[in-house]
Amino acid sequence: MSEDRALRPTGVEVVACHGCDLLQRVPPLAPGDRARCSRCGALVGARSRDPLELPLALVVAALIVLAVANLAPLMELSAVGRHASTTIVGGARQMWLDGQRITASIVAFCAVVAPASYLVCMLAVLLAVRRSMVPAWVGGVLRLAKSMQAWAMLEVMLLGILVALIKIAELAKVHPGMGMLAVGCLVVLFPAIAVTFDADDVWRRIAWAHVDPAPDDHGARRGEATA
Amino acid sequence: MTAGLLTAREAGLVTCETCALLLRAQAAHNAGHCPRCGGAVESRRERSIERTWALVIAAAICYLPANLLPVMVTSALGKTEPDTIMGGVVFLWSSGSWPLALIVLVASVMIPLGKLLALAYLLLAVQRGWLGDRRQRTRLHRMVELIGRWSMLDVFVDTFTVALVQLSPLMVVKPGPGVVFFALVVVLTMLAAESFDSRLLWDRPLEQGRADGD
Repeated sequence: MSEDRALRPTGVEVVACHGCDLLQRVPPLAPGDRARCSRCGALVGARSRDPLELPLALVVAALIVLAVANLAPLMELSAVGRHASTTIVGGARQMWLDGQRITASIVAFCAVVAPASYLVCMLAVLLAVRRSMVPAWVGGVLRLAKSMQAWAMLEVMLLGILVALIKIAELAKVHPGMGMLAVGCLVVLFPAIAVTFDADDVWRRIAWAHVDPAPDDHGARRGEATA
Repeated sequence: MTAGLLTAREAGLVTCETCALLLRAQAAHNAGHCPRCGGAVESRRERSIERTWALVIAAAICYLPANLLPVMVTSALGKTEPDTIMGGVVFLWSSGSWPLALIVLVASVMIPLGKLLALAYLLLAVQRGWLGDRRQRTRLHRMVELIGRWSMLDVFVDTFTVALVQLSPLMVVKPGPGVVFFALVVVLTMLAAESFDSRLLWDRPLEQGRADGD
């Protein structure tokens, strides 16, 4: 079968670009390299220097910082002898109490649920791929992590809080709290996880565990679509 | 056909959009689920154009109340004052923080509008089979996907202003009816950008029937 051979030339991977569907060969990448589609320029491959240990460390750190960011007050306000403070969840809660339930849910999802789910999924994936037999559920969890990543908007939230701070600073005295610092750290940690994590590497390991590997091929990418 | 260039569809293959696994296509449309990650595998996303149009139109409808209705209502010492998105920009500008005014203006007014226009343009380009720089259009789609989240900025500004300024009876800020429309514009345009299948930009209209022959 000529088609079969086209799918697994030795050492070279054939991928279809997700941007324009062009089939192309991606040569073996050196750590730190990226490959782009020759026709539309979309990223078709990337290899990171340390695909498992470094992202795992960053994910663990981010989970701790995320807990702090959610528990510690973001900012405190004092005006004429009165004090008020808020946390991330407190912001969504006040929206809910004021009758804006849809907005409150969107805020809670983008600021708390999505980032937390992303980190928990990534932790599960990064721990599971260290085993010699990668369990089959890893694929589904990584897929969930990818979809959560798109909705985690901590950096947008941080800028939003800063704008709110400056607006309120006209009227009262505001102090940024510990939570704010934690959000600032998360804004650095999240992209760091994304950059150091190598999804292709994980997918390749899952393929080994999940599709029975032919004895001679290296990272066989084979499988029949089931209707 | 361009000599030497073959798409997965032309080769009778489909790729999983989540994990990039290449599979042999079985049916032209419903190709099933990826054996590796469980995601839906489709050669081209089903009804991508119709779905994206529906989301773009819904977002465009929400765009008007989002900008016309107040997003925050401030009441201080018996006076209540509604605040629209543009009002917030003007407030920041006149209070001297023009870099912030610019950020809010770009994130809240220009990005949502730009996204709607860009998506409508991309959809028309596919439907009318417009010739032109398709690489540029794919890049435009990627940019819309990348930048879209930033228009959530104003929702967060409103949320945290409301949460913090609760000094009743001195001064209380309540969310206005516009904020939910604004949040919906952001969510709907993000979903629209996600449901648009940029591979359609590269399928020439004449080839639609070809790939089904297998």
